Formats: sequence, C-alpha cells, structure tokens
Amino acid sequence: MSVRTLTINNIPVAIEEGATILEAAKEAGVTIPTLCHLEGVSDVGACRLCLVEVENINKLLPACVTQVTEEMVVHTNTPKLQEYRRMAVELIFAEGNHVCAICVANGNCELQDAAIQVGMDHTRFPYRFPDRHVDVSHSQFGIDHNRCILCTRCIRVCNEIEGAHVWDVAQRGENCYIASGLSQPWGEVEACTSCGKCVDACPTGAIFRKGTTSAEKQRDRAKLEFVVNAREKQEWTR
Amino acid sequence: MNKIKFATVWLAGCSGCHMSFLDMDEWLIELAKYVDVVYSPVGCDLKEYPEDVDVCLVEGGVANEDNLELIRLVRKRTKTLISFGDCAVTANVPAMRNMLGGSEPVLKRGYLELADETPQLPNEPGIVPELLDRVLPVHEVIPVDIFMPGCPPDAARIRATIEPLLKGESPKMEGRAMIKFG
Repeated sequence: MSVRTLTINNIPVAIEEGATILEAAKEAGVTIPTLCHLEGVSDVGACRLCLVEVENINKLLPACVTQVTEEMVVHTNTPKLQEYRRMAVELIFAEGNHVCAICVANGNCELQDAAIQVGMDHTRFPYRFPDRHVDVSHSQFGIDHNRCILCTRCIRVCNEIEGAHVWDVAQRGENCYIASGLSQPWGEVEACTSCGKCVDACPTGAIFRKGTTSAEKQRDRAKLEFVVNAREKQEWTR
Repeated sequence: MNKIKFATVWLAGCSGCHMSFLDMDEWLIELAKYVDVVYSPVGCDLKEYPEDVDVCLVEGGVANEDNLELIRLVRKRTKTLISFGDCAVTANVPAMRNMLGGSEPVLKRGYLELADETPQLPNEPGIVPELLDRVLPVHEVIPVDIFMPGCPPDAARIRATIEPLLKGESPKMEGRAMIKFG
C-alpha cells in the first residue's frame, strides 16, 4: 500500500493512499467541523461544513469525500472558509423550521453545536417557514420533518449497518424529504426492524423516541460504533 | 456622570426574556447606578418611547402592525439596539404560525375552527392591531446592532451582554455561554 504525504495547515502528514482529507486531518490533530459525517458509515458531502481550500484548486472541496494526493497543500480554517461555514449553517437554519426552545434535542443537538462552533448569533438569510409534516405512525419512534437537515445519516445507518434500507430521499431541490419505505407512513413499512439506529444517528431532533419532550433526547452513539467495530475488527464486547 | 438612557421593549414574545432580565437580581441595583430606565414594561411607566435612547433590549418577533410601528420608532430613536432572546433573533415560537401561511388562515384556525362557542373573527379597527402575514425576526425589519439568542437568555448572558456596554465596550457574542439558541 503506498503512502501519500501532504500538509494540512502547514502540518506534514503521511497517510495511506485512498484516505480522505478528513481522515488525514484527524491524523494531523486538526479538527474540521462536520455534520453529515458519521463514523462507521459512508460519506456523502451533504452538509458542506467540512469544505477546505487546496492550493492550486480554485474551488472549495468537501474534506469527507476528497481523497488525498501527493504533496497536496490543504488549509482548513481560512477567513474565507470560516465565512462559508457560517453561511452553510445559517442556510440550514433558514431552510427548515428549527425551533430550539421546543425541540427534543435542545442542548443535545449537533446543529445547535455547529451554530456555536461557527459563531452564528443570527441568520442573515430570510427564514423560509416551509410546510412540513410530522409522522408518528411508528409505535416507538417519530420523524418531524421540520427539524430535518437532510444529512442522510438515517438513510446510511439503516442501509449500511442495519441492512434494512427503510429510508431514502424523495423529491428534489427544496422539496426534498426523507421518505420511509415507498413514501408510506413509517409505521406501515415492514422492512423497519425498530432497531432505533436512525434515532441514534440523527444529529438533530428530527428522529426521536416517542414520549421524549423538550431537551430530553438521548443518543446511544456508542451502539453504532460497537456494531461497526464488531463487524470490521471482530470486537464483540462493549 | 451622565447616565445611560436604557430601554426594553416587548413585541411578540412570552415576556420570559424580561423575567430572565429580572433574574439578574441584586445586579439590577448595580445597573441602576449606571442607567436611567426610560421605557420598559418591567421598569418604567412612560407610554411613549422617548428620543435619544442609548441602549434598548428588544424582546419578541414582529407579529402585528403595532409591533411594526413600535420597532421602527425604537430604531429611529436608539443608538444600540439589541435583539433580546430567540423570538427577536429567529421569530421562534410565535413564527410557528407562519407555516399555516398568511394571517387569514391563522385567524380562521384560532377563532373559528377551534372555537367552542360563538366563533367569530376579532375585528376592532384602530384598537386590535392587524396581524402581519408573517411573524418576522427583528433584523428582517430594521437593522440590529447586537444579537443575544436564548429562550430565554439566562441572567448571566444578559449581564455579560450589557456590562461591557456600560463601559463603552462591545460584548463578545461567542461560545456556548453567549450564543446557544433555545
């Protein structure tokens, strides 16, 4: 296996061929903000928070899905990137209906954390207030599309870890939403094993356990990690 | 020493931010040494928003004609205007009516469909202010100088925002303690 050497924020890194800039940054001890990235499942570059600048390439590249190349020179926290990251988070807030005060994930929300991380004290974009729905047809869980940021983590954990593929993205553009089954009520989707991995994966309060109210959502992220480690490294104890 | 002319206004919000302001407890006595409260639902009886206000905290989103008129007057007469709490910063809970689309479906839903007895739409022109089609965050209506999120912002955050202003400095609105929503 050949090794690639590159620099990230002037720190030299050597990493195996095929690794992503995000993995290389982790190796170098550089934190790049992420939102749609989830350890153990594939990356899609949906949220644009991990955009980085690479010298001699005049567009910004998502670190989670860009492979390293030899002598690549990467910058992860320039003023330009800070501004774009903040805009990305502001656009996510303006796009959906994110009312933190009444959300199950208040205080335990990766979108809220991202807003703090990028220094967002308000959004400069007008709120859209889209007409979205809540599906509580499942016996144990609910999905509130108002709070969904379309990161597609639920789709990926369900497909890649649980192997049930209950979720998918329906429609396109501003009408996109996470659909269960063949766009049926979640409770009617026979493929759903009620494992709850989507609840643990969801960064916001969009997918939740029924009966949880404001600021009560808990996630067992370690469960996802455990399943992935068990499979990949044959580590069967938790 | 010239005292700072200080005001607070309450638009479409629950008054929780003002309650949180009162949570500053004994520091309010300290604050009173530096400011004259010239307009406030919790600190002053004046009914007309005065001229030349130095600092004003604005709670609530802009939901009706009354809010709109007041916030425009406040902007004209205030040096430093602070969006105070999530309703002012994001329109928050009051704006959840925006998803119904327009003021008419909102009024019909509230006063006709959900009414138990004698359903009728409120109509007192000149007395009951007309609803705007959408509840808006303050900065979508007039320019805002400082944003203080929170539902409500706690007393420590309010103090940390106001205290630097008393010394002519700007507060640092960053980090979880200062800008977490909700």
